Amino acid sequence: MALKKRKVQAVGPPRNSLGGRLRREWHHNKQVYIILLPVVAYFIIFHYIPMLGVQIAFRDYSIAGGIWGSKWVGLKHFKNYFHSYYFGRLIKNTVLLSVFNILLSFPAPIILALLINEVRNAKFKRIVQTVTYLPHFISIVIVCALLRDFFSSTGLINQLLGTNIDFFNKEEWFRPLYILSGIWQEVGWGSIVYLSAITSIDNSLYEAAEADGANRFDKLIHVTLPGIATTISVMFILRVGRVMTVGADKVLLMYNESIYTTADIISTFVYRQGLLNRDYSYTAAVDLVNSLVNCVILVGANKISKKISGSGLW
Amino acid sequence: MRKNKIKTFDVINTIILCALMLICVYPFIYVIFASFSEPWELTMHRGLLLRPLGFTLEGYKAVFANRQIWSGYFTTLFNLVVGTTINIFLTLLAAYGISRKDLMLRKPLTIMIVFTMFFNSGIIPRFLVVQKLGLFDTRMAMILPTAINVFNLVIMRTAIEGIPSELEEAALLDGANHFTILFKIITPLIKSTLAVLVLYYGVTHWNQWYQALMYVQSRELYPLQLVLREILIGSSTEAMTSGAVDSLGDSFMLGEVIKYATIIVATVPILTIYPMLQKHFVKGVMVGAVKG
Repeated sequence: MALKKRKVQAVGPPRNSLGGRLRREWHHNKQVYIILLPVVAYFIIFHYIPMLGVQIAFRDYSIAGGIWGSKWVGLKHFKNYFHSYYFGRLIKNTVLLSVFNILLSFPAPIILALLINEVRNAKFKRIVQTVTYLPHFISIVIVCALLRDFFSSTGLINQLLGTNIDFFNKEEWFRPLYILSGIWQEVGWGSIVYLSAITSIDNSLYEAAEADGANRFDKLIHVTLPGIATTISVMFILRVGRVMTVGADKVLLMYNESIYTTADIISTFVYRQGLLNRDYSYTAAVDLVNSLVNCVILVGANKISKKISGSGLW
Repeated sequence: MRKNKIKTFDVINTIILCALMLICVYPFIYVIFASFSEPWELTMHRGLLLRPLGFTLEGYKAVFANRQIWSGYFTTLFNLVVGTTINIFLTLLAAYGISRKDLMLRKPLTIMIVFTMFFNSGIIPRFLVVQKLGLFDTRMAMILPTAINVFNLVIMRTAIEGIPSELEEAALLDGANHFTILFKIITPLIKSTLAVLVLYYGVTHWNQWYQALMYVQSRELYPLQLVLREILIGSSTEAMTSGAVDSLGDSFMLGEVIKYATIIVATVPILTIYPMLQKHFVKGVMVGAVKG
């Protein structure tokens, strides 16, 4: 975000009070501030008031007291969380699910982009792209419904394998199913970024490589891959930045009590314990710890990404 | 020798890509065939389906007779139209505001917006605020809390900043006010970006269910995806089969077909629209990627 220094305005004397400057700014840009008013209102109401509301994690929520008036209990909920049986399990499940997911699903679209790039028939290329992008647009509810159907103990996969594994009630199958279905859904869509990076590689590099007697594999290794290396590293860093952000939605559609040992993650626990069991203060504390860790990782990732390529999240 | 090797690679590559395409589409083909199949034959069948087993519309009849599906469709359509309108309007206002270079508060306002990408309060405080505002269990609870998506805002801002500033300056000199500039000059110039964002916001509303799960209680306000979750994941096809069949076994078998028909009814709109709009979606990714 390149914020250039604001041009000094020619109106009025150069040195004056903040009040005076603000008044002139208001006079000059009144309409723009009116335009921004609903926007600011939105961010205050739905982002900043909830941010102030995280203090509920330091209180014992009561209906009468609400966010601002419930009894202050300091770090009680945080201590409870760190000492609870859930702490280790939630962190472990969240991190493992996310790390395995990144390791397996990050390279997939890169490989697909390289394969698509090698296709010479333009029409076939387009068909491959259209078809592989498709699952991205299917809602997660439908994806999980398909998954549950095909992987049920009497479902298609078991029929084809001649087995009757109860995939959805086996804790060891949760992560593979979660990750593989994610790859199925996003591999095509994810390849777009890399394909466009490949298109922007200077053609003369390929010609020079050809002149040196390079074949297709040499060109792939020595021209294409280095050509998209920046894109790959930026995408990777930004992905790692979100390592602790694992949404509850897909897991909620996949898990059940019998596989909580691997499937219960921070966000699903907060949903269940917080919204269903109304243990607001405790789960707000759990969520806050996660948000803070997240924020640190994300800021770091963003910094590194900016250093490498000059562009980050913002 | 080398020629041969390359040919082999082309063949293998084609095979891999064809297999991938098959994996991407076959689940839908299977579901289409299954949704038209006779319940009894489908239950007895093992392995892949290469055609419908018999032909029946029982599943679809049950789906179309289901009031929940219709009310879900209505809510989703409402969210889609009203929600996307609000999304686009607010995103446009925000993008215009923070792209004004001579705005004194531009930096603090931008930081205020960007900060929400890095830190969020978590769902509990947000839930309590939604409740306090009296939005809990209303249609607006599915729309207002996510009225602006900051990623989409970045895309819109990039588009607006790409417009030569002489255009606006000339208009300002002509005495045009900012509302005129935004809606009469800027908006027509970023039409293609607007289209992309309409699609993005639209798809979000179409697929949205978690927000509804948190903020909505009344079943008549459930959006389609939440209804689908009940039918497909909570397997509540029992209610739809009752009356249509006599025995429990028949009801189970019909339930399977109803599931497949439900999936088709809920995905056909997106499957028909998608190929037509694919170009725009892809363009959006590029715009986002260029910004990085």
